[in-house]
Amino acid sequence: MSSTIALIIIGVAVLFILGIKLLSSPKTARTGNLIAAAGMLIALLILHNTHGEYVWSQGWSFNYTLIVIGTIVGLIIGAVGAYSVKMTSMPQMVALFNGLGGGAAALVASLEFIKGAKGVVIAGIALPVPEISTFIAASMLFATLIGSLSFSGSIIAYLKLEGKFEKPMTFPGQNILNGLILLVILGLCGWLTFNATNDHATAAFILLFSLALFFGVAMVMPIGGADMPVVISLLNSFTGLAVAADGFAINNLAMVVAGTLVGSSGTLLTLLMCKAMNRPVTNVLFGAFGSSGGSQAAAGGVAGTVKPIQADEVALLLTYAQRVVIVPGYGMAVAQAQHSVRELSDELGKRGVEVQFAIHPVAGRMPGHMNVLLAEANVPYDQLVEMEAINPSMDRVDVCLVIGANDVVNPAAREEKTSPIYGMPIIEADRCKTVIVMKRSMAAGFAGIENHLFYKDNTRMLFGDAKASLNALVAQVKAG
Amino acid sequence: MDTNILFIFILAVFVGFEVISKVPSMLHTPLMSGTNAIHGIILFGGILVLADAATPLAQALGFVAVVFGSANVFGGFMVTDRMLQMFKKKK
Repeated sequence: MSSTIALIIIGVAVLFILGIKLLSSPKTARTGNLIAAAGMLIALLILHNTHGEYVWSQGWSFNYTLIVIGTIVGLIIGAVGAYSVKMTSMPQMVALFNGLGGGAAALVASLEFIKGAKGVVIAGIALPVPEISTFIAASMLFATLIGSLSFSGSIIAYLKLEGKFEKPMTFPGQNILNGLILLVILGLCGWLTFNATNDHATAAFILLFSLALFFGVAMVMPIGGADMPVVISLLNSFTGLAVAADGFAINNLAMVVAGTLVGSSGTLLTLLMCKAMNRPVTNVLFGAFGSSGGSQAAAGGVAGTVKPIQADEVALLLTYAQRVVIVPGYGMAVAQAQHSVRELSDELGKRGVEVQFAIHPVAGRMPGHMNVLLAEANVPYDQLVEMEAINPSMDRVDVCLVIGANDVVNPAAREEKTSPIYGMPIIEADRCKTVIVMKRSMAAGFAGIENHLFYKDNTRMLFGDAKASLNALVAQVKAG
Repeated sequence: MDTNILFIFILAVFVGFEVISKVPSMLHTPLMSGTNAIHGIILFGGILVLADAATPLAQALGFVAVVFGSANVFGGFMVTDRMLQMFKKKK
């Protein structure tokens, strides 16, 4: 590798770091993404192979035709996926792309490993078996294991977000079975690291690959759909580490840097997400085991009655309010009601009502889900207020409009020590003068627990589809 | 074993931690999506192994790796950009 190329790769690493840095602030996020993409393009254009030769100047061959076709096919799949996906399904798309990356990482490592273990036969002549150091063998095995686990785990996460087998799936002895599989996997890895050239290495390797795929499924199946964002973030950092390990194996510096950056920043992001839900990461990953008893017990003693209200009355309350806070949740996303919400907020704004949106960090199915939806509907983001910022002034809010949110406004998180969500920070909607909850029915939220807010004296329920109700409200406000 | 590359690895671990210490929760998803695109650099790995592939099986698997990696990297950056497009400030 010439020093010019080395310098360019350092530049690429800086672009990746800068990209991630800018991605963590709303004003610069889009630029950050473009900077990282530019870094990727530069790195692709100067790609050198393991022997230090420039990839794009090697004579044209069948393999190169395959490379070009494969890249174009992938580009088309990626573009169609990225631009056809609905705003509400973004998280699924990320899961899918992450799975593909993990699968690619596992395949790359596998091909290198088999080549290293068996040697290559070209035109009947066996080339000498390349030397495969313990360190390189271990990197390849790590990439295979983590990559295939990330692949199958992401597919399950995708399916769960699509609404297939959303509920945690558990059976007796599951922990023991998973533990045994993990032991076998680790044993195989250990053996293969030191016996990469053994006659049985290929068979053992295929067994390792299959078990890792299965383990990815077994790991994600017991986790509920609501926790998928955390799982995807974790698998995202796994794929990063697998890519870094691949970088070690094929001696590609850019891959090591990029993969490691994703691995460590992804780990931190996973922890941040858990912190926003006030749950330790172990509770998210293994929480389905044994916690199922507690939630029903808490559901029993709810005092008070549910008081329904009609749209015209709500419209009246809203127009005479000074300050209105809207708390959106997953129900708003499902009903695709973000445009109607914005219309209502604009109408109220015109009448001098101060309207704000209170955003809970985990409202919806993905952190930031509500921000993206409301931004799509052109709600200016200075109107969006984060939970911590809005809670202290909730006493001074005249009307709080809860649209399809449930667990994130449940006062049980503050009051009920036995509740599974006890301790989770919530938007304290119950402290407002009047709370209007828009909901389709009295069904429990994603966590499957009763919401005490619905029974409070200052709460009124507006039943019906969120979009239809909001349109009715807009019409009423306009007429009034 | 090349120790330089290990050295770089360790530094990258710490940079990765430091660089996102403070992220507002509304950017968690786009950030995840953006870093997801960055590990799409695995496309390079796919290209390198496919370039060296000597058997039909290796060519087939290498081809799949390239398609997967390419979808990851291009789709990843595009979907992130589409998410972030939504954060425009109203004039």
